Amino acid sequence: MKRIAKSLICLLAVLVLPAKAALDIVITEGVDAARPIAVVPFVWQGAGPAPESISDVVMSDLTRSGTFKPLDELSLGQRAISKMDEFNAAAWKNVSAEAVVMGYVKPYGAGKYLVSFDLVDLVKAQMQSGGPQSRSELLLDSRETVISEAQFRQYAHRISDIVYEKLTGIRGAFLTRIAYVVVNHQEKNPYRLMIADYDGYNEQMLLRSPEPLMSPAWSPDGRKLAYVSFENKKAEVFVQDIYSQSRTKVTSFPGINGSPSFSPDGSKLALTLSRDGQPEVYVVEIATGALKRITNHYAIDTEATWFPDGKSLLFTSERGGRPQLYQVELASGKVTRLTFEGEWNLGGTVTPDGRSMIFVNRTNGKYNIARMDLQTRFMQVLTSTRLDESPSVAPNGTMVIYGTTYNGKQVLAAVSVDGRFKARLPVGQGEVKSPAWSPFL
Amino acid sequence: MDLNKLFKAIVIAAPLLALGACSSTSESETDASGSTTSGSEYGSGAGGVEIGGANPVLSPEEQQRLKFQELRKEHIIYFDFDRSEVQTEFAEILEAHGTYLVEHPNVRVLIEGHADERGTPEYNIALGERRAKAVAKYLQGMGVLPSQMSIVSYGEEKPLDMSHTDEGFAKNRRAVLVY
Repeated sequence: MKRIAKSLICLLAVLVLPAKAALDIVITEGVDAARPIAVVPFVWQGAGPAPESISDVVMSDLTRSGTFKPLDELSLGQRAISKMDEFNAAAWKNVSAEAVVMGYVKPYGAGKYLVSFDLVDLVKAQMQSGGPQSRSELLLDSRETVISEAQFRQYAHRISDIVYEKLTGIRGAFLTRIAYVVVNHQEKNPYRLMIADYDGYNEQMLLRSPEPLMSPAWSPDGRKLAYVSFENKKAEVFVQDIYSQSRTKVTSFPGINGSPSFSPDGSKLALTLSRDGQPEVYVVEIATGALKRITNHYAIDTEATWFPDGKSLLFTSERGGRPQLYQVELASGKVTRLTFEGEWNLGGTVTPDGRSMIFVNRTNGKYNIARMDLQTRFMQVLTSTRLDESPSVAPNGTMVIYGTTYNGKQVLAAVSVDGRFKARLPVGQGEVKSPAWSPFL
Repeated sequence: MDLNKLFKAIVIAAPLLALGACSSTSESETDASGSTTSGSEYGSGAGGVEIGGANPVLSPEEQQRLKFQELRKEHIIYFDFDRSEVQTEFAEILEAHGTYLVEHPNVRVLIEGHADERGTPEYNIALGERRAKAVAKYLQGMGVLPSQMSIVSYGEEKPLDMSHTDEGFAKNRRAVLVY
C-alpha cells in the first residue's frame, strides 16, 4: 500500500510538473499492473540549456498508455549514456525492466536538431550477461532524424509510438489528437469546440458560440470534424476542416439534426434526424446531400456509429422499451439487438478491430462505461466514476476517453479497454465534455 | 392593439397580485409581455404610507382571465425521469398558456425541451424533443394552431441546476415556453 502511494507520488511529480498542458492527467488506478521500462534521460550535446526534453515526453507517453511504468532515474543501471555502444549489461544486472530507451539531441544548423535514439532489449542482455554480446541481437530499434525546434513534442511522440509497437506489437496512438467541448456558463459565449494533442498539449479553439455545441466526430483522415451547433437557435450538423477552417452545413432539417459519425471511407455521415416525427438514423452523402433513411420505428433511434467494414451501423434504440444497442445492416436493413444485460445500454462505438464495442451501461441507476465482446456477448463494466457518457476509443483500440463527473464538475477521464488503467484529465475552468479521439495522424 | 390590451390587463392585475398571496416564481421567469413584474413593487409604499383600495367587481370571465394571467407567469413545467407525459399538476399552467394562444392566434411560442444530465447527450436530445412535443400536443389539443408553435430540444446542454444532485436533475427535466 505504501509502495503504491510512493509510486503514485513519483508519477504525479513526473506528470503534473509540465503544467503547460491544458488537460493534466491524474492516474487513479493501474500503476502496479504496468510493465517496467527504463528511459535514460536523453543527453544534450549542445551549448547552453537543452531545448524541451524529449525523454520526459516519452516517459509521460509510456505512463499514460497504462502498459508501461518508466523507472525513476535513481533506479537506472547507467545514466548519461546516449547510444548502444555505451551500454554496459553488467551495470543493469539488478534492474528489473524489459527494455532501455536512450538517446541524444544535438544542434544541427540553424534552428535544427539531430535526434538519435536506441531501444535495447534488457531481458536478453541480462540473460547473456557474462557471455558474448551481439549488438544486433540486443538492439530492438535505432533511428536518427533531423527536426525543427517546433517538432520536439511531435518527434517524442513518434519515438513513443516506435517503442510501444516494438514491445507490444500494437501500434502506438501517441501521435493523435482529441476534440472536446468546453462549457463555461459564466462567459457570454459559453460553448467552445477545442482540439488538443492526445495528452492535452497544443490546445486550439475551432469554434466558440453562445449556443450549445455537441458531438464532435473525426473524419477518417483526421482533417475534418463533424459536429452539432445550435448557433441558429436550432440543431444543425456542420463539417469543419481543421486546417483551412472552412465549414459546410450538412443538414438543417426541422427537429433534431444530431449525432454525426463519418463512414470509414469519409464520404458519408450517419446521423439522427427527426424530420419524420421521431428520431431516425439516416446516412447522408456529404458531397451531394443525398439522404437515405436507415431505421423506421416510432421509438427513439439515435447515436449511430459505423462498424469498421462500413457495412453496418451500431445504434441506440428504445424499441424494446428502454434504450439498448442494435446493429443494422445497411444493404438489407436487417436489425439485430446486441445488448440485454443491465437496465440501459447506449452511446455505443465498435472498437477498431471490430471485435468488441464500448458503450454506456446503466445498472442500478449508475452510468458507467462498459465493453462487450461481440462474439461471446461477454460484458464487462470498465469504470466506477459517476455519470459516465460519450466514450471514444483510441485508434489502436487500447484506451477509451470519456466524459464523467468529478467533484461536481464535468471532466474527461480515460480507462484502458481491459479496465485496469484509470486516469482523470482535470481542467482549470468550466465543464469539459464530448471527447472524440482522432484517427492516427 | 394586443399589446395595449395586455398592458391594461397588467395594470389591473398588478395590484391584485399584491393583495392576494403571490405564487412563488423563480427569478429567471418573465411575464408573457417580456417585462418582469414583481409583486412587491406594489406593496407598502417606500415612504411608509400604506395605500388601501377596494377589489374591483369582476365577472367570472374576468376572474378566470386574471387567474390565467397569473398562471402564465410560470413558463416551466417539469417531468419525471425518462418520462415525457405532462403531469396533472402542470395542466392548469398549460391551460392558461393555451387559452391565451387560442385568443391570440398571431402570437407564436417556442417550446424548449430539456433533459437531466444522466444518460448520453444525444439520447437526451431525443428525450428533450419528446417532452417539447408532448407540450405542443397538449396545446394543440386545446386548439392552439401548429403554426403558432415551434420546438427545439437542448437535451442536457442547458441545465438550470449544475449541482448534479437528484434535486438538480429534477429541475433540469423540463419544458420551457418562450414567447
